[in-house]
Amino acid sequence: MTFLDDHRDPTAARAVLDAIAGLAPDTPVRLMEVCGGHTHTIYRHGLEQLLPATVGLVHGPGCPVCVLPLGRVDDAIALAEREGVVLACFGDLLRVPGSRGSLLDARARGADVRVVYSPLDALDLAVARPERQVVFFAVGFETTAPSTARTVLRARDEGVANFSVFCNHVTIAPPLRALLDTPDHQLDGFIGPGHVSTVVGTTVYDFVALEHGLPLVVAGFEPLDVLTAVAMLLAQLREGRCEVENEYERVVRREGNPVALALLDEVFRTRPAFEWRGLGTLPDSGLALRPELAAFDAEERFGVPGATVADPRVCQCGQVLRGVIEPWECKVFGTACTPETPIGTCMVSSEGACAAYHEYGRLHRDVAVELGRDRA
Amino acid sequence: MSAGDEQARALARIEAFRDRVPRFDDAVVTLAHGAGGKATAALVEDVFVSRLGRGPEGDPLADAAVLDPSGDERLAFTTDAFVVTPRRFPGGSVGHLAVHGTVNDLAMVGARPEALSLAVVLEEGFAVAELRDLVDDIAAAADVAGVRVVTGDTKVVGRGAVDGVCLVTAGIGRIPAGRDLAARHVRPGDRLLVSGTLGDHGMAVMLARGELALEADISSDTAPLAPLVEELLRAAPGLRWLRDATRGGVATVVNELADAAGVAVVLDEVALPVRPAVAGACDLLGIDPLYVANEGKLLAVVPADEAEAALHTARTHPLGADAALIGEVRESPAGVVALATSFGSTRIVDVLVGDPLPRIC
Repeated sequence: MTFLDDHRDPTAARAVLDAIAGLAPDTPVRLMEVCGGHTHTIYRHGLEQLLPATVGLVHGPGCPVCVLPLGRVDDAIALAEREGVVLACFGDLLRVPGSRGSLLDARARGADVRVVYSPLDALDLAVARPERQVVFFAVGFETTAPSTARTVLRARDEGVANFSVFCNHVTIAPPLRALLDTPDHQLDGFIGPGHVSTVVGTTVYDFVALEHGLPLVVAGFEPLDVLTAVAMLLAQLREGRCEVENEYERVVRREGNPVALALLDEVFRTRPAFEWRGLGTLPDSGLALRPELAAFDAEERFGVPGATVADPRVCQCGQVLRGVIEPWECKVFGTACTPETPIGTCMVSSEGACAAYHEYGRLHRDVAVELGRDRA
Repeated sequence: MSAGDEQARALARIEAFRDRVPRFDDAVVTLAHGAGGKATAALVEDVFVSRLGRGPEGDPLADAAVLDPSGDERLAFTTDAFVVTPRRFPGGSVGHLAVHGTVNDLAMVGARPEALSLAVVLEEGFAVAELRDLVDDIAAAADVAGVRVVTGDTKVVGRGAVDGVCLVTAGIGRIPAGRDLAARHVRPGDRLLVSGTLGDHGMAVMLARGELALEADISSDTAPLAPLVEELLRAAPGLRWLRDATRGGVATVVNELADAAGVAVVLDEVALPVRPAVAGACDLLGIDPLYVANEGKLLAVVPADEAEAALHTARTHPLGADAALIGEVRESPAGVVALATSFGSTRIVDVLVGDPLPRIC
């Protein structure tokens, strides 16, 4: 695993941290990492402690589980509880709370909910169990949407009639637009998402620089990637530039992945509007199966309650997702809302800011420094 | 009030909340209750300990109970149930686990394992050939561990009432006079030793399930640890505390230590021994090897001045070739386990919530 180790090399990190210290701004800046994978890396490696006091990291709406609204979770549970249905999903969706508990609760009550590692596993399940209806609970940005698309096409080509998709795929640009359209966003730059950019490329972020005058650097997921992106953003700010740059060139191309993009276009249409947790209903932000593939659309096949359900009043996930408050500033963080008994989605996925902070970050900066000192 | 003070206050409130006895108000058992993390602790405390009481040392039904019938020598007594899918995996089978799990629980309180019981619950239709193979594994493992199966029971249940087979073993062992291993002896400044690489067993089983479309050359580390314990005690007579890092992995066990001893433990990321294949598989799945189960690795807390002797002894033993000193005990904050990263930062290592589930992307 030398590939990974190169990007965790402490000596290289020291050099980047020195560069960051040299570029440290005099007045505080706030940089938002869009992607939950970055949030996870930042907390898991304690990167915030290593930055100058004037450089703040703000966590954004790029964790696919976190932005799933309550109503869609309820819809998934309703599907899972239908007679003869097997609901297949990724593991971290199991604990996401709906208004009547989670899929884990539904499973313990008798619903047939299976964890799969890819949508193709769900299709295999459908082939193996022709007497059951297998519904794949699809979530995620353009990162995971291509594998869902490929699976739907394969189901069509192989005539697997008992397979369908409950589609909750979303696109990355609309939530960024929504954030920047808020007049008091107080953001100075973005660490752009890595995985999703392998598919969509970097041109989709041009509006951030052109229309809003902010720099954006697409970054990989190793701690050194994130630190390098911070240095590149600080350099842009110091030089008064605002450009879309790419730190993750070993994987991300400016034009993205044309094959995957064509696949998305073949299978999905853009919904006129889709509800996001914390951000409200955003235009042109969700994907649904095209009408010619309606036979594989679980919403068409079974119908779902489709209700919009308001978040619990105490839940401040919306403010966390918009970077307005830090996880620990939420009134229920760590008390009523914990990883065991999450109220909000941000506490569920390890990529959620609250879960990542609860798991790794619950240390005051002074205590963290003290514990790291004078080790034998 | 500065932002730092506000954060400190919020963190104090959260810590106070975490110190409360875990609440258990679930109506049905979920898989999370079996994963060894907080949900397991809540179930055990609320359902079992509240009704059956605490162990003889006041522990909440510890992995092995220490009984003090009379005289200097004490007895250790333990039991464990074994179900694993698949029953056979690279490096061992559920038969090996049924012996090693139990003799290791005895060894961790300093006992020399003497005798085992074996109860077998079989599902109607189970192949006798496979049963013979499992019993061969049990016999071979007991032989290596120097322990005999002296009593047993067999039950057959209808199809679906158990998934193939469930093995239950109990074990008894003698603790030599003067030997007393317990978290209460742990002191700030002590060092933490692990006897080898992390996560081999858990990853071997996860990959053997064949659901991940991942192949790697990873074998379970299942092994009896008593011989290594005897060597360590000779090299480091001041040894304070031992545990095998099974379900929930090193992170979970060290958290239990920090809680029980009322100390902080700082782990050193650079020192953690992980095989490259295990590190790679964990990375792909978004799982931290600190939380992955081991079946042949122990954690030992030793006084600082005996740490190098303990390390040297472990490394010259076949079961401790990859042993490492991975951390240090601090006075405060009590109950906190932190990891000093290779980058010079420090972060929390928390108890796992539920099962380690692969992330979506």
